[in-house]
Amino acid sequence: MALNDKSRNEAVLQAITANRLRDGEVIFLAPGSAVGSGVAWVERLEDAALFEDAATADAALAAAKAQAEGERFAVDVYAFDLRVADGQRLPVKTRERIRALGPTVRIDLGKQAAA
Amino acid sequence: MPLIKDGRIVEDAWVAVADGEPVPADRPAIVTFERWQAERASFDGRNAALGLRVKSGTLAPAIAADLDRFALVAIEFPKFRDGRGFSTARELRERYGYEGEIRAVGHVIPDQYQFLVRTGFTSAEAPEHTKPESWAHALTEITVAFQPSLDDPQPLSLLRRRLGS
Amino acid sequence: MNHIAPGRNAGVYSYDDIDRRFVAERVEQFRAQVERRLSGELTEEEFKPLRLMNGLYLQLHAYMLRVAVPYGVLTSHQLRKLAGIGRKYDKGYGHFTTRQNLQFNWIKLEDTPAILNELAEVDMHALQTSGNCVRNVTTDQFVGAARDEVVDGRVYAEILRQWTTLHPEFTYLPRKFKIAIMGSDADRAAIRVHDVGVFAKRNERGEVGFTFYVGGGLGRSPFVGKLIRDWVPEEDFVAYLEAILRVYNQYGRRDNIYKARIKILVHELGQEKFTQEVEEEFARLRGPKYRLAPEIVDEIRRRFGGPAFETLTDEPESLQAAKAANPDFARWVAVNVVAHKVPGYAAATISLKPAGGIPGDATSEQMELVADLADAHSFGELRVSHAQNLVLAHVRQDALFTLWTALEANGLGTPNAGLIGDIIACPGLDYCALANARSIPLAQAISARFADPARQQTIGELGIKISGCINACGHHHVGAIGILGVDKKGEEFYQITVGGDPTLTTAIGDILGPAVTADETVDAIEAIVEVYLSNRHDGERFLDTLKRVGHGPFKERVYAAH
Repeated sequence: MALNDKSRNEAVLQAITANRLRDGEVIFLAPGSAVGSGVAWVERLEDAALFEDAATADAALAAAKAQAEGERFAVDVYAFDLRVADGQRLPVKTRERIRALGPTVRIDLGKQAAA
Repeated sequence: MPLIKDGRIVEDAWVAVADGEPVPADRPAIVTFERWQAERASFDGRNAALGLRVKSGTLAPAIAADLDRFALVAIEFPKFRDGRGFSTARELRERYGYEGEIRAVGHVIPDQYQFLVRTGFTSAEAPEHTKPESWAHALTEITVAFQPSLDDPQPLSLLRRRLGS
Repeated sequence: MNHIAPGRNAGVYSYDDIDRRFVAERVEQFRAQVERRLSGELTEEEFKPLRLMNGLYLQLHAYMLRVAVPYGVLTSHQLRKLAGIGRKYDKGYGHFTTRQNLQFNWIKLEDTPAILNELAEVDMHALQTSGNCVRNVTTDQFVGAARDEVVDGRVYAEILRQWTTLHPEFTYLPRKFKIAIMGSDADRAAIRVHDVGVFAKRNERGEVGFTFYVGGGLGRSPFVGKLIRDWVPEEDFVAYLEAILRVYNQYGRRDNIYKARIKILVHELGQEKFTQEVEEEFARLRGPKYRLAPEIVDEIRRRFGGPAFETLTDEPESLQAAKAANPDFARWVAVNVVAHKVPGYAAATISLKPAGGIPGDATSEQMELVADLADAHSFGELRVSHAQNLVLAHVRQDALFTLWTALEANGLGTPNAGLIGDIIACPGLDYCALANARSIPLAQAISARFADPARQQTIGELGIKISGCINACGHHHVGAIGILGVDKKGEEFYQITVGGDPTLTTAIGDILGPAVTADETVDAIEAIVEVYLSNRHDGERFLDTLKRVGHGPFKERVYAAH
């Protein structure tokens, strides 16, 4: 039942996530989002923008937060750590894995069900 | 900031005086409780009405002895979630029989307006961007209450009351 | 069969037009608040407390709507509506909570006004199931039915429900405020771990009065409530609570969310000083304005009606014969059925804890089945227990076998009420935004390990309670065995406590030793049970043996391999 973490040696990247205001859906910041050029969100972690350095992630986070509140699109916007192993994106924290997939006790529900 | 009274924006006759600023002698002025404590003698002989602004942590008993000096008490809500002011206002009315204006200042939202009225407030400072219709609507959207309060509600039956508005 | 129109005579408070108008207005108020949030008039900071006061949380995967089941009592009609909402707006199920409420896990903000409208159709709402206000009042799941009952707590719980609804002074308290009430000499509502816990009782003249405990609570700093008054006359019930809440609203800490509950105020002021503050406030408040007149109490009582019980006798022959012929049924009766105040009736617990199942979850189909069974066997009335089970409180003893047969056929006949498989668990990290670790998988693993009903019955009364974080929604502090999920550098670990007790002998459990992994936790529970069974004297419950032999042998066995 443990969500094993076998990828400790991979580089830690960041992605930006939030919940959509109108329905609560877990969303991730899409590639190409920035202040000025517009901010877009996707529903699957596979499609999310990944950030290698903190400065880029911080700038994207600021843009995401501004858009989220300004356009009343999303709430609880924050960045989280993940690794990529064998092409799979794996959040470091159990909490973010569960948000990206769905409840571990109901694998018929959430994003994992549609996979 | 716009002042709300009886569900609509009204002209504010009062001037709020920051600590250290001169208090105008010829018009109603609100001073802080701290200033009042430090300089109370300086207000002896004042003719224009005086108001007192209290922080949310200053409760009714702290100002009770001087209430007859004030035509207005402004109770601060540092953030709208800090609900001490509801008890302060209610105590001013019910325990100390205060009959002057009680004003909510700081951060209050229309969704609290009916609670403010029911605990004895007579006016509220609304946020700058506020929509007047939300304040007007707030007084009429709920017409039933389950507790006695200060807005002279009519008992409907037993625990329930029709809210006066 | 006793088909009673829901809400008429079933012993459920019946709304009138005024109650209905209020709930309808409240739904429209929330609809407008949602619109103002979506239009940007309200910021998230402003909207969040407003949505919480309507039971709407933002959790990991979606919004979660917590529907109020006032003091845990509802009609079959209402349960069918909940089933329907689960199917239409959620994913076909709901979760019954330790606060006797129901949570839907997959709710959209934009759907909530419509859901609240549907709830209003059956006189239900989600009012004050969250937020820093007085929450849904909880009580004994056998209220109005228990043989040991002295005062029917429903009447006073309903008075509290009304009095606390949109209370103008106490809706922005320092923190949430939970009241529980019991009307028996027993405690089935964890009275002394609530902000205010009340025992309703009678004096020698038969008059009703209340004993008040204040400042109990679980969470980061667990406290057992302190007795502040042994007798508050019925007419002062509301005034006394008003005094407690006013003292709390004025003096409760607002500088630190972890120190904002009334338990910290009581602790910091001391029991004596706090009591004095309340008494002074009470002396000022006491009077006609807050007097709870007997006519009010009578009117509320009248609106509960009550089942029209028949004159029957206990242990009818048909029941005895069925038990003799069917050991599984006999076991279910022995474990899940308790005596009723009316001879010939019984209260039956429907366990939502099948071995390996998710504690407290029920599908829409199960809810509908239970609603049908409530119509057929319990005057259309049922309860949610704080142990996350359902209860049919007024079943004829000669109908128990029919009831059990239907439950058993639908996987709802698990005979484990109060036993080791009857695990209380919060939703944990599978759903909850506050959790540090998962609770449900551990509950599933433990209940699967102890699946054998005979073994469970041999072990006897033993409550396991699991929380996924220190907020303690799973009541782990008062579990005979408590389990708290913690996060250690991204890994889930579990801290085990023993000796907790939510009953009259309230006690907070003690930590047994260092936290262990989930797999190790299941083994540790097994080890604890083995030590208990090998040490117990005749008739001893787990808690009794623990008290007699101390932690030593348990600790030794659990950590032997470490």
